[in-house]
Amino acid sequence: MSATAKTRIVGASVPRKEGIDKLVGRAVYVDDIEREGMWYGTTVRSTIPRGRIRSITCDPRIDWSEFTVVTAANVPGKNHIQLIVADQPCLADGAVNHCDEPIVLLAHADKHKLREAAAAVRIEYEPLPAVLSIEESERQDPIIWGDDNVFKSFLLEKGNVDGVWAQAAHIVEGEYRTGAQEHLYIENNGMIAEWSANDGLTVWGSLQCPYYVHKTLKAVFDLPDEKVRVIQTETGGAFGGKEDYPSTLASHAGLLAMKSGHTIKMVYDRMEDLAATTKRHPSRIRHRTALDKDGKLLAMEIDLATDGGAYSTLSSTVLSRATLHSCGPYVCPNIRVRSRAWATNMVPYGAFRGFGAPQAIFATERHMDEIAAQIGIDPVELRRRNFLHQGDQNATEQLMREPVMLDELLDRALAQSDYYARRERFTRENANSPVKRGLGLATFYHGSGFTGSGELYLNSLAGIDVTADNKVRVMVSNTEFGQGTNTILTQIAAEALGLAFSDISMAPPDTAVIPNSGPTVASRTSMVVGRLIQRASLQLLETLRNDGGLGANASRDEFFAACDRYRTAHGEVKSLCRYEAPPGIFWDDKTYHGEAYGAYAWAVYVAQVAVDTRDYSAEVEEFWTVQEVGRVLHPVMAKGQIEGGVAQGIGYALYERVVWQNGRMANNQMTNYIMPTAADVPPIHVIFEEIPFKFGGYGAKGIGELPHDGPAPAILNAIRDATGVSFNSIPLLPEDIFAVLAAREIQEEPAIK
Amino acid sequence: MSECFPSITMRVNGESCTVNVPPMKRLLDVLREDLHLTGAKEGCGEGECGSCSVRLDGELVNSCLIPVLQAQGAEIQTVEGLAANGVLHPLQECFLACGGAQCGICTPGMLMAAAQLLERNPNPSMAEIREGLAGNLCRCTGFMRIFESVLAAATQMQSPEADKAGHAR
Repeated sequence: MSATAKTRIVGASVPRKEGIDKLVGRAVYVDDIEREGMWYGTTVRSTIPRGRIRSITCDPRIDWSEFTVVTAANVPGKNHIQLIVADQPCLADGAVNHCDEPIVLLAHADKHKLREAAAAVRIEYEPLPAVLSIEESERQDPIIWGDDNVFKSFLLEKGNVDGVWAQAAHIVEGEYRTGAQEHLYIENNGMIAEWSANDGLTVWGSLQCPYYVHKTLKAVFDLPDEKVRVIQTETGGAFGGKEDYPSTLASHAGLLAMKSGHTIKMVYDRMEDLAATTKRHPSRIRHRTALDKDGKLLAMEIDLATDGGAYSTLSSTVLSRATLHSCGPYVCPNIRVRSRAWATNMVPYGAFRGFGAPQAIFATERHMDEIAAQIGIDPVELRRRNFLHQGDQNATEQLMREPVMLDELLDRALAQSDYYARRERFTRENANSPVKRGLGLATFYHGSGFTGSGELYLNSLAGIDVTADNKVRVMVSNTEFGQGTNTILTQIAAEALGLAFSDISMAPPDTAVIPNSGPTVASRTSMVVGRLIQRASLQLLETLRNDGGLGANASRDEFFAACDRYRTAHGEVKSLCRYEAPPGIFWDDKTYHGEAYGAYAWAVYVAQVAVDTRDYSAEVEEFWTVQEVGRVLHPVMAKGQIEGGVAQGIGYALYERVVWQNGRMANNQMTNYIMPTAADVPPIHVIFEEIPFKFGGYGAKGIGELPHDGPAPAILNAIRDATGVSFNSIPLLPEDIFAVLAAREIQEEPAIK
Repeated sequence: MSECFPSITMRVNGESCTVNVPPMKRLLDVLREDLHLTGAKEGCGEGECGSCSVRLDGELVNSCLIPVLQAQGAEIQTVEGLAANGVLHPLQECFLACGGAQCGICTPGMLMAAAQLLERNPNPSMAEIREGLAGNLCRCTGFMRIFESVLAAATQMQSPEADKAGHAR
């Protein structure tokens, strides 16, 4: 397939599949659902980061007979959320390991009675020393998880790092830190649960991964597959924040439903959602890099640490992706990456768009500019000298089989941003201005799909069916939460089947209907699941030709007539396909070598930033993105993905600070956790180059996470360009800039003018 | 219980409605729970996110901050009242065409803010659009597609054929 392969629907910006419902206010989100006789639930949470629970007492001034009260003792099955390691209790049992850990659940018919009742549940603790940072966890005193406080560690080695330092022309070291980041989806977490002795448990909710929730509910309620049903409601943003947490909330709503006999709704308010649910893992990343006299990388030694919070959740896989992205899109013969995810008594961290890559890439790309400054090479030139090309091997010795066009992406980004002319102008203007402008760039790649053998392990099953009333339905467990799953998969099915976009609908996101095509994460939907839908559609046509009398170049009517004939003969018209790895893929989980990802998306981002030395504000004034993401299936939505990711990345860099007080989020309100608004985001330019990936849905690679990787390093590199000062930690707020620039002014006198 | 509360009458999307609810009940809850208009959403409950935005007597308000007694006798417009006689408002059409809605949760409020802006200023500059929408948070789009949607709608509403569906004001 070439970039210009003729398609009717793929590549066209058709209207969003569920768009009209969202625009007229008809789309049904979980909080929009009311049921006759429904009760409401709430959660009583820990107020200390670590301790034993001495007692739980209910104040007698409340008439508790009106309420349903649930504790860990009411869990019929395993009291654990089933993720990678089942270490996180569904409800705390005897001990708490972080603030806002759920301990007691309450339900009542009147939701207005819940707040007072929750305050009347008294929990007495025997506090224990808490571990609240990576450094405290590294001391391994106290041990709070396993034998060593380490959730997971990786060692990625290539060549011989130790033999290089002595001959290196340059050795550059740096330490980089990234903070927690809140997803701030505008729809808070919410779930409705219904219990019946016959049918088991059904939940409706805001979630990304129906089968993740299904797996946890089976364990918590000790039920077989068919007695648990998970239905996704319209989901108002997720960004990874509804990957694992909905399993906990669904368990809670289910426990209250089972005990009370009523349908239960639990919808968090913003303060609870911010305080109690997952955030992006904070990181501390140290680089030591050897280069030859020409600025070619000789060795990269990287020590990467993340704060995982109190339970392991997804920390091991986040760490894996951070590790695999930590060496950047560069050729380097000698590499050692040692990475560890540390247990602390912080609220567990979880998935967030980019999944460890933004942390790793922040450090690498910030470090590249530090190298450039220290050895006296232009940061553009330093990168260009070290880029991966087709035929090279990356850190895991994965051969770059597909074309790599980093040089072209860089050229285009420089041209679009008028990079050199602008820098020259800023250098001139900055000398006499209190506002210092600069340009910074980041060059990076992002692996699409699950890491290493992950996609094989997922063993995804997806496809299409044609119902008795001749509706063609896409059958996937991959959900829509704004990123365009419904539209993209509909386009692919319509294209492959030769039908119209309007002929295709999405089967309901209901585990009683859909197969398990894996979670909606890791930029895998278009590439991996899209490919399955393409294959399943072609397979259906083949079947109908062989066994339904479908002729070549059949019309729409002939297609449905063939479906009718096939249905009469065989009962149902359904075509499912299972994931097959592209040929020649090898991955060794033990040595962390081989094909880390099926494909990479590549990008070069440029930020223009103005730092005002009077009020110490840093403002992104313009942003350029050039990327290669395989075939662009829907240009308008693809642009929307990039722009949205860049805006979140700008927030990550310059706005969004979680303020912690003894392990508890102190600024858990939109009033004081600040994200960029319409007035803050700069013009964002989006340019795509397309190299179709033959194993992706109509040539697509992953796109969703890529745009969160580049903004933070590009912005902080631009601030260095503007001010000459290296800031190596995000978020970088005016007070942080003040602390450094003001100190420098005092030292240097006269002050910067 | 309802008979204990005073009647509050307002016109919502052109229809007269009377509710008997506590006078301090939030307008947002009255719309969603009593009138079953669930288009307006609660994102923060403190007037920061704008996803509960509705128009009250021609002003854009956060309905999570308005006690319903303040709406007595008022003209309220919610997202459900934006399409007229089943015909999408130009803003809705343009949000659909330009990718202005992704997850959709901010969309009802964003549309009301955009409608308010275009009514006051039919030909806004980019800076005016940014300011006009600055009280409505969107976490998906990075706002670029929304700006483009509003600009496109402004153009469409000013074209000579715009008054066909009775939308141009």
